[in-house]
Amino acid sequence: MPEGREIAPANSDLPEIVRKIRARTPARLLVGRAGAAYRTSTLIELQESYAAAKDAVRSELNLAQTFGEAFLRDWNLFEVQTKAHSKDEYLLRPDFGRQFDDASKSLIMSRCPRECDLQVAIGDGLSVAAVAVQVPALLPLLADGAKVRGWKFGRPFFIRHCRVGILNEIGELLRPQVAVLLIGERPGLATAESLSAYMAYQPDKSHTDANRNLVSNIHSRGLSPEDGARRVLTLAAQMLEAGTSGYQLKPALPPNEP
Amino acid sequence: MPEHFPFSDLRELFAKANEEKSGDQLAGIAARSEKERVAAKGRLADLTLAEIEQQPLIDPDHDEVSRLLLETFDQEAFQSIKSLTVGEFREFLLDDATSEESIKRIQRAIIPEIAAATAKIMGNKDLILAASKIRNITRCRNTMGQRGVLGIRIQPNHPVDDIGGILFAAFEGLLYGCGDAVIGVNPATDSVETVAAILRALDRLIQIYGVPTQACCLAHISTQLAAMERGAPVDLLFQSIAGTEAANRSFGISLATLREGRDRVVGQHRSRGVHWAGANAMYFETGQGSALSADAHHGVDQVTLEARAYGVARVFEPFLVNSVVGFIGPEYLYDERQIIRAGLEDHFMGKLLGLPMGCDVCYTLHAAADQNSADNLLMLLGAAGCNYFMGVPCGDDVMLNYQSTSYHDALAVRKLLHLRPAPEFLAWLQQNGIYRDDEPALLDEPANRRKLMQGLEASLEGIA
Repeated sequence: MPEGREIAPANSDLPEIVRKIRARTPARLLVGRAGAAYRTSTLIELQESYAAAKDAVRSELNLAQTFGEAFLRDWNLFEVQTKAHSKDEYLLRPDFGRQFDDASKSLIMSRCPRECDLQVAIGDGLSVAAVAVQVPALLPLLADGAKVRGWKFGRPFFIRHCRVGILNEIGELLRPQVAVLLIGERPGLATAESLSAYMAYQPDKSHTDANRNLVSNIHSRGLSPEDGARRVLTLAAQMLEAGTSGYQLKPALPPNEP
Repeated sequence: MPEHFPFSDLRELFAKANEEKSGDQLAGIAARSEKERVAAKGRLADLTLAEIEQQPLIDPDHDEVSRLLLETFDQEAFQSIKSLTVGEFREFLLDDATSEESIKRIQRAIIPEIAAATAKIMGNKDLILAASKIRNITRCRNTMGQRGVLGIRIQPNHPVDDIGGILFAAFEGLLYGCGDAVIGVNPATDSVETVAAILRALDRLIQIYGVPTQACCLAHISTQLAAMERGAPVDLLFQSIAGTEAANRSFGISLATLREGRDRVVGQHRSRGVHWAGANAMYFETGQGSALSADAHHGVDQVTLEARAYGVARVFEPFLVNSVVGFIGPEYLYDERQIIRAGLEDHFMGKLLGLPMGCDVCYTLHAAADQNSADNLLMLLGAAGCNYFMGVPCGDDVMLNYQSTSYHDALAVRKLLHLRPAPEFLAWLQQNGIYRDDEPALLDEPANRRKLMQGLEASLEGIA
């Protein structure tokens, strides 16, 4: 073997405990090296993942195709949009992505009940794949959890070209106790299916990131929809009890999680 | 006859003298043409440093950062440079006759606005050359920043904070000679229990291997302090900071928060049975565009606001400071040209202001950048003498979902530019057979790897 070329150790050479851990992390470990560089197979794999993630950022969501007519009907799900009217505008004008256009405002006002305990909205964010994969499992869990706790659950809607700051406008329009925005995260190389839940207590136009809490990394190598829903519901209960949200509120891990 | 461009005030002149940035365009303050841009640069080059010092860009009555910058400014040392124009000051910094020592003597007389103004009239190569003169050395559990040293932060993040996954990624980093800057984990959740568990696990790994380095969990400052109250060891207290009071408020902090946090961590250091090489105890991250993103920019451009964040940082004598230069996205730094420019500006301004500047050379997948452009910036900043870079397994952060630099990249930069790990850390690498002299040793002898892995197994006991 030429000097400086190091192969990755085989799984069978690893102690049992290390093998177990390796299976639990999506991080690219024990890949070996070619001198001070990647082995060729590693380099090509990275470029393949990069290409897939790059494509995911540019794609648009089709509500009916993604969720199916039955799901839309069951959840009364409808679509609104922000002032960003194209993907390019969305990427370059964060301010537009934080405001509904006028037609969307009227639609939300006419269709959604106000002053609910838990208002869920779904935003495409930077990954349509995340929304498509996680929301069908997550949304029913959140609605069930709200019901069990006796909370009034708002009518959910989907927001095209959406940024996190839209929570403030949701608050101004619908005055919920707790607002939850399920939004597609930046695709990474390990997954393009990662969803975040951004949450705020009685959001209004004065809110900044300091007033929000986050449950991130809901995907198959991260939090399961069940664990994600538990964390969101636990945080919502904390917010209702404390009457606030944001960095001062330290999320308690749900009791059934290690 | 040349076109005439009137500039109504210093704020406008500063903004228009910037190289093109999508963030300044978003804020509506960028130059509208290349001619206007160069006219602004020319005017800025002719201003004296005193003229800049006398006209604060953000009113001290309305911003505690402006007040802090005034209070911590070395008036006496400023006398020797105040009559220089920005253009003359640029030449002073680049002059072969200007030593590192002579720059250090006036470091505290350089207010952030002067550092920013100088960066605006420098080319990329100037930024590299001038920065390479200045080494800002800091000490915590080891010593960082000497000439010839390149540190690496191991960033072993995990999507659900799995302690085993974090420690395994950290262990792998150590085998590549990374981790002298810090082993620093961004937690996926801001819960006190999780942050405390991560801090305890990293401390155990460091103890078992006897690694002369420091650990950090990059949660909100209040969460780290709450974990510390519960007995978790905090080597470096982390916080993201920005250049205005309002932007810091959006991070949930004020200057008082930072002051109190630093005092408490330094107090805790004294109570621990650990060898401290020095008293630097803070770790800050920054990035151009953060104030605008929080709608807290006061019409000031993002280069100047970034410099002001460094003005905040230096008051708290941090061990590490880095901008996370490509993280913020294309609305503030559109493409690789803008990211590379911002990375070089940030590093230069930070070094000039006295900070132990590193850089998270990175990009997100929605910006017009890729791994090749990250490779470019990595090499340029290596040549500029950047204190440290990030080490992420294969550059792919599986929790934050962005692309940074890898353990392999660390090997490459150190090899190409003949740089070494921090001295205490290098000695440890040599003792453990990970380095032979100043070069990484091959670790494919199964016996050596297996021996080293015993420590990992021990540190995993009871948690995996």
